[in-house]
Amino acid sequence: MSMTMFWMIVGMGAVTYIPRLLPLIMLNTENWPKWSKRMLSRVPYAVLGALIFPGILTVHENLLFGLFAGLTAIVLASIGVPLIGVVGGAIAGLALVTYLF
Amino acid sequence: MESLTNSLEQTESATWKKGVLDGLPIAIGYMPVALTFGLIAGATGLTVMESVLMSMIVFAGASQYMALSMIALGSGALEIILATFIVNFRHLLMSASIHERAEKSSKKVRAVYAFGLTDEVFAVASSQEAPVRSGYIIGAGAAAYSSWVSFTAIGFFAGSFLPGLLQESMAVALYALFIALLVPSIKKEGKVVIMLALLGGVFHTVFQLWMSTGWAIMLGTIAAVILFEGIDRVVLREVDEE
Repeated sequence: MSMTMFWMIVGMGAVTYIPRLLPLIMLNTENWPKWSKRMLSRVPYAVLGALIFPGILTVHENLLFGLFAGLTAIVLASIGVPLIGVVGGAIAGLALVTYLF
Repeated sequence: MESLTNSLEQTESATWKKGVLDGLPIAIGYMPVALTFGLIAGATGLTVMESVLMSMIVFAGASQYMALSMIALGSGALEIILATFIVNFRHLLMSASIHERAEKSSKKVRAVYAFGLTDEVFAVASSQEAPVRSGYIIGAGAAAYSSWVSFTAIGFFAGSFLPGLLQESMAVALYALFIALLVPSIKKEGKVVIMLALLGGVFHTVFQLWMSTGWAIMLGTIAAVILFEGIDRVVLREVDEE
């Protein structure tokens, strides 16, 4: 392995780790105003939305296929199927429509 | 009997195990992404050592893919490191959010689970009732990490050993995971969650027209949370005035 490649990988690791680490060890949110805590607590839902859209439409050339797999996941999750079953079901659903059409 | 089960559930090893179990869907989701990364890394001219080392030290899908394409384009190491920083800047927001939700723990413990806080591990950990146990986050991170590193190596040698249809279909795995995380929150908290997720998705879709995915996710999230806070206040004020 070349030295440049090695140090590049270490550098990439450092700039990835630092943003993941800093808020966890530097922040002291105890005395923050209520609204800021409330906004932080809402971040996960907004992130999830951003992670799902628009990416899910691009899992297949035909965006309806992605939507179908997404709907499969919604139905399975709604009836209380565990995480792993939802994931497996959506994969199977996408494989099925890809195979059929 | 119930208190006995509770105290059992709260033991460290049980928390850890639950984290690993909930991390399994992430591990499955990472499989095709890591396989493909290993395959492309080989095609780009990285050695197996370099590919696996990158997955071990960086542990961030989007930036690793980006690094490969930049290497292929002949970019310098500093450029690649800077681009990685920009893509991963969004984690500041997620770490700050999990900080708010996680149980109190030593800095050393937080430094350990911070390493594994990818988007997916963050999402799974955030879906837990606060305070989220440190062992849980570490368990979920470890499951995700093992899959990421080992399938990078496997992908390097045998990227396409899975049937094509299955490999293509696995692309939906992570999205299904995100949906599975969102649905129980929607059931519990209703339209607050739906609105936040929709706003996040819409802002991300709009922002990514102008900027890279990392920035679009972060700014989309911030915009969604701020706009929602605004809506919330206006609606609440109207309720107060009535």
